[in-house]
Amino acid sequence: MKSRSFELLDVTLRDGSHAMKHAFTVEQIRQTARGLDQAGIGYFEVSHGDGLGGSSLQYGLSKVQELQLIEAAADVCENSKVSVLLIPGIGIKEDLQDAVKAGAKMVRVATHVTEADVAAQHIALGRELGLKTVGFLMMAHMAPVEKVVEQAKLFESYGAEVVYVTDSAGYMLPQDVTEKIAALKQSIGCEIGFHGHNNLSMAMANTVAAVEAGATYIDGSLRALGAGSGNTQTEVMVAVLERLGFNTGVDLYKIMDVANEIVAKFMQRPQEITGSSLIMGYSGVYSSFLLHTQAAAQKFGVDERDILVELGRLKAVGGQEDLIYDVAQQIALARV
Amino acid sequence: MKKLKVGIIGSGNIGTDLMYKIERSDALEMSVMVGIDPESEGLKRAADRGYVVITNGIEGLMEHIELVDIVFDATSAYAHKNHSDLLTAAGKKVIDLTPAAIGPFTVPPVNLTEHFEKDNLNMVTCGGQATIPMVKAISRVVPVEYAEIVATVASKSAGPGTRANIDEFTRTTAKAIEQVGGAKKGKAIIILNPAEPPIIMRDTVHALVEEEGKEEEIIASIEKMVEEVQTYVPGYRLRGVPQFDGRKVSVFLEVEGAGDFFPPYSGNLDIMTAAAARVANELAKQLAAAKA
Repeated sequence: MKSRSFELLDVTLRDGSHAMKHAFTVEQIRQTARGLDQAGIGYFEVSHGDGLGGSSLQYGLSKVQELQLIEAAADVCENSKVSVLLIPGIGIKEDLQDAVKAGAKMVRVATHVTEADVAAQHIALGRELGLKTVGFLMMAHMAPVEKVVEQAKLFESYGAEVVYVTDSAGYMLPQDVTEKIAALKQSIGCEIGFHGHNNLSMAMANTVAAVEAGATYIDGSLRALGAGSGNTQTEVMVAVLERLGFNTGVDLYKIMDVANEIVAKFMQRPQEITGSSLIMGYSGVYSSFLLHTQAAAQKFGVDERDILVELGRLKAVGGQEDLIYDVAQQIALARV
Repeated sequence: MKKLKVGIIGSGNIGTDLMYKIERSDALEMSVMVGIDPESEGLKRAADRGYVVITNGIEGLMEHIELVDIVFDATSAYAHKNHSDLLTAAGKKVIDLTPAAIGPFTVPPVNLTEHFEKDNLNMVTCGGQATIPMVKAISRVVPVEYAEIVATVASKSAGPGTRANIDEFTRTTAKAIEQVGGAKKGKAIIILNPAEPPIIMRDTVHALVEEEGKEEEIIASIEKMVEEVQTYVPGYRLRGVPQFDGRKVSVFLEVEGAGDFFPPYSGNLDIMTAAAARVANELAKQLAAAKA
């Protein structure tokens, strides 16, 4: 058997948590995880959308505790390994230790693209626990290439084995992806990953650009179930990359079946590019703000797009969901 | 009245900012600044202002311990334990600005004098100082089942200590939300934002209350508490009005600093140092009164 060209990592059960308002059930997780395992996916991620410890009034309370979900996923897998996301400032080291007891084999430690130095202790712990340890630079569109390289080097120095360029806002265009991945390829020794969002319908093109520039970890979600307009669609990615001559190691029919027979059945709405998600991609706003912005727009009777444009102007970063309500209230107050 | 002589360990952002607050405290007298880097901006400024400067850390301070009555520790959680042991053994009062949390938590408008008999008082965290008064403002009206705070600070105002101690920040703040704020369960989140120009510190408090329908009393209690914090941090303000959604109460705040050492956006540094100076000043007055 040909060896895989790269690792295709599925994030449906973590990024999809945003679109599901953090209401995944054990049964949904179990069925999806079993399908991913049988289709040949190497790693898939299970956590609250905002990572371990993300269950909160700020981001949304988890319907089922994430440790139970991680355990349920790990239990049904014969080959696939479960990854967890950890955002320092939200989750803490103890959360990671608990996740490992529940069966996690990989951790992705995520920071804003300029703040990698808050992650040193968490990356060190990941290595100490024997996990595949990944550094995840979020909102990568907000920093120039040199900054991304500098921050990736920090992650590498703490012990990360893979560093991701993460297009959290679905803002990047293929040439940005090529430029950033190629620069990392030249300057760091560890592997490079790419995580996209489809707010400008660029996720697949960006993923192809990433792979061609040397990324060896790429993320996708089934039926694009992720924040904003979702991620690169996993099953489509398998088809496209096979046609480009890569070996994904994933069975196309089987991955299509998980997407359409399992995930599609529990999705709350189709993953379309709506006015709001388009504006997110256009103005560079964190994708998981989508549903919170809808709620705030409704509560204060203002246009979602006005909120998003203002959030873009304020250079909001991931995690600042409270700012959405503040901005919406300020817009409403300014109007009277 | 005889003023208490102050030593500050840690000549970084917090320690240096604190020096200016001490100068404005009527019962305290700035005496010694302790650091480990002779080239640090904080030590230079302290020397320029005529204070004793010690460049070899706690060791150096212990050799001149007679120069201080009360010592603020603005180093790191990891270093604090040793500092505290040495200083309290020498009979000094210690005010801890790291998230080490060896001593009991003090948040001025909630429990200013409660732990004055203790040798070591802990100032929680910047996020805790900014938000716990609000948690208390709600919990003194209606029982709070759960409270969660989100502190967003400018990247430039988060020094290497804060960054290396980010887990300690969230853990210590969560604990103090319970012990001082009065919530049955607490959680804390911190976010660093690198925007230029730097953003003013923002804080949000979300609480789940056990009983609906107390909106007016809660708002009145919050407004009163804001005024109390403003007595030592004038730039502490509500943004908009508190929001109610069933049992959930959300309070939005911003904290603009006095701009002593760091520019006004870093309200996180300001509220921490202002609170610590307030505690020490009150303690000094009580000790003076007890002696008189």
